[in-house]
Amino acid sequence: MAPPSPPEGYEDAASGVFPPFDPTYFASQLFWLAISFAVLYFLLSRWLLPRIGSTIEERKDRIADDLDAAAGLKAQADDAVKAYEKSLADARAKAQAVGADARAEAEREAAAETAAMEAELVGRQAEAEARIAKARSAAMGEVRNVAADVAGAVTEHLAGLTVSRDEAEAAVDAVRG
Amino acid sequence: MADTNPIKQFEIHPIADLSVGGLNLSFTNSSYFMVLAVGLTVGLLAVATSRAALVPGRAQSVAELLYEFIADMVRSSAGNDGLKFFPLVFTLFAFILMANMLGMFPYFPAPEFHGFTVTSHLIITVALAMLVMVIVMGYGLFKNGLKFFSIFFPSGVPVPLYLIVTPIEIISFLSRPISLSIRLFANMLAGHILLKVFAGFIVMLGATGGALAAVGILPLLMVIALTALEFLVAFLQAYVFAVLTCIYLNDALHPGAH
Repeated sequence: MAPPSPPEGYEDAASGVFPPFDPTYFASQLFWLAISFAVLYFLLSRWLLPRIGSTIEERKDRIADDLDAAAGLKAQADDAVKAYEKSLADARAKAQAVGADARAEAEREAAAETAAMEAELVGRQAEAEARIAKARSAAMGEVRNVAADVAGAVTEHLAGLTVSRDEAEAAVDAVRG
Repeated sequence: MADTNPIKQFEIHPIADLSVGGLNLSFTNSSYFMVLAVGLTVGLLAVATSRAALVPGRAQSVAELLYEFIADMVRSSAGNDGLKFFPLVFTLFAFILMANMLGMFPYFPAPEFHGFTVTSHLIITVALAMLVMVIVMGYGLFKNGLKFFSIFFPSGVPVPLYLIVTPIEIISFLSRPISLSIRLFANMLAGHILLKVFAGFIVMLGATGGALAAVGILPLLMVIALTALEFLVAFLQAYVFAVLTCIYLNDALHPGAH
């Protein structure tokens, strides 16, 4: 069975048969479909689809890795923040301790100075009191002499009695108690 | 005056004669468009993925989008073990989509500048549908043995009802290759006939001259709208074919889950 001679131009190709149902080229269509489809399937399944698939896979892996790395870095950053806060708290505590020490030292010095000053003042007061007592007793001594003299002189003048010095003094002492 | 015969676009013309054992295996305009569809699909994907960048460019994004689109389709319809058929489904989708899209050119750098839609011929769509059915039945029997036939006995049905349900299931199974092939063929055929009929109206009205020629704007608007619709149909039919293939493969993979 020879293939029907293909017509030149398509005016006479329409041989009354609706072209999609014209069996003339069924074998040819199936043959070329089989070849094209097989080639397409082979090239896609062996070459192009694995290539696209591996690219997508690679990207997914890379994104997962990056996310992991980001999580790791975040943990590191959290640790660093914790360490920083800890050192900050330490420094603050240390500063407070230093301040407290300095305050205690200052208070201690102030107390010592105050005590020294008070001791000096007490000393001076005692000295002054001693001096006053001395002056007073000296003055009192003078008063006794004067009193004895006066007593002697008065007694002599009024009673005409001569009173010895010792008797006068004893009398003054007796009066003074 | 231009030829307004809407059927002419489906004619097949030999480019190079080839006869093997009495079979006419001539390289025709249909073969030309098939080879071109394969070449374009492979070429575009090869260029798009030539520089596999971590951050994809535009072409690479499209290729990866297509890959994920089909992979998700297979995974959701046929499960994860259905992914072994991913290259087949991708090839079917890519081939049909590219053939449909090439058919959208009214004139094309082909012999006689004649556009042609490979999938508007029944023999092609029947062959593709039979390929799917042979793989479904072959793999189903190979993997599940006689258990494959449990797809005709859906679980949870009272035994007497099998008298009714089983013949229905068998008929629906047998009608799958028919509906699968006729759907694609009829959509492409009808759409392209409609396009050429309305395009023919423009030419005929224009040829009358005078006031009637101005009415030619109406079929022109119609052709524009239909062209947009046909682009949608071209994609949708490739998608439907691929989805149904996945669903049928699911029967072969998990006959019990029917």
